[in-house]
Amino acid sequence: MKKAIHYINQFFAGIGGEEKADYKPEIREGLVGPAIALNSILEAEVTHTIICGDNFMGSNTDEAVNTILGFLEDKEFDIFVAGPAFQAGRYGVACGTICKAVKERFNVPAITSMNVENPGVEMFKKGIYIFEGGKSAAKMREDVKTMANFANKILKGEKTGPADEEGFFPRGIRAEMWLKSGKTAAERGVEMLVKKLNDQPFETELPIPKQDRVPIAPPIKDLSKANIAMVTTGGIVPVDNPDRIQSASATRWGRYDISKIDRLESGVYKTIHAGFDPAAADADPNIIMPIDAMKAYLKEGKIGKLHDYFYSTVGTGTTQAEAARMGKEMVGKLREDNVDGVIMTST
Amino acid sequence: MVKEIERAGIPVVQMCNLIPVATTVGSNKIVPTISIPYPLGDPDTSKEQQWKLRYHRVGVALDALTEDVKEQTVFKVKI
Repeated sequence: MKKAIHYINQFFAGIGGEEKADYKPEIREGLVGPAIALNSILEAEVTHTIICGDNFMGSNTDEAVNTILGFLEDKEFDIFVAGPAFQAGRYGVACGTICKAVKERFNVPAITSMNVENPGVEMFKKGIYIFEGGKSAAKMREDVKTMANFANKILKGEKTGPADEEGFFPRGIRAEMWLKSGKTAAERGVEMLVKKLNDQPFETELPIPKQDRVPIAPPIKDLSKANIAMVTTGGIVPVDNPDRIQSASATRWGRYDISKIDRLESGVYKTIHAGFDPAAADADPNIIMPIDAMKAYLKEGKIGKLHDYFYSTVGTGTTQAEAARMGKEMVGKLREDNVDGVIMTST
Repeated sequence: MVKEIERAGIPVVQMCNLIPVATTVGSNKIVPTISIPYPLGDPDTSKEQQWKLRYHRVGVALDALTEDVKEQTVFKVKI
């Protein structure tokens, strides 16, 4: 029987939530958490489960990857599966990171699954199979099944179809295939051209992925005269969260007056972000929203002015569309006060 | 959000821990922080060490606002 190894994070291993996100890589014989579901559908034996904390993978990537590759050195396996990671950003990036590393080192197919909004998709879809998954763990069964079905095809040596047929994100690889229509490239090209000339819709066979890049804004010439504003996605708010910003998948933001204070005191401000252990930030909110350091630079005259408000929302699970809208709304306020530059802290 | 601010012509520096995410999304000026739950001050170190680190990295971010860069740049920090 063929063999598989499954990578999951500390949460799905049942070790703990954010307070355990620094958990170091571990390999266990047998099945843990989602590996049980995978093993029941996969036509291979899942021999080991690898577990790693999302923060450990994010902050100590080289160490985490090398440790895990070390675990795998003496193991036999035909396929590597990670996740599913849903819309969990750090987990998605971790799954992508380890799949890419395992594929490159051991040359076995690596499969994972995540939601289209997960930043791991853009980062890793070129190198590995990333299946389009659900937003949350409610889709666990379906997402595991999708990965397992595809893995079974590979394990049996069956021919796999193109990305849109199989359900993974396009890797940008072109493969030769016979079309059912039997039409040659010349015929298809002419057909497309005729449609284009008639203003009819047509589908290109070579889509160029759109990349939304923003031109770099002109730099500030004289910092000592500049008005600087602070923004965070780390969920720092007054303790009563007056704008009722959501702890995840935020659609609201707030701005809070800092003109008369020198730093953000614990007990007056806290974080409502549900994507990490809040203990450190609640004890000292300045470690996410460094108002104390900005006030020091203001007093020294390094900057001319600190904009009277800091802006805050929560970045976890927040869709790009909502983030863009909130960003635009903030810009409106920043412009009213002729802000010259922004520092944004992210968690 | 960074992109919307920059699209408005306001220079912006993102301070974050997951640099590859920031570059993929399209931040143009990035200053690294030390972790996700505590970007600018490790609670296992002294208050003074935390302050030094925070003051230094915020300073790097401020200077980065004045830099005329031509491509995505991750600025170097000393502490």
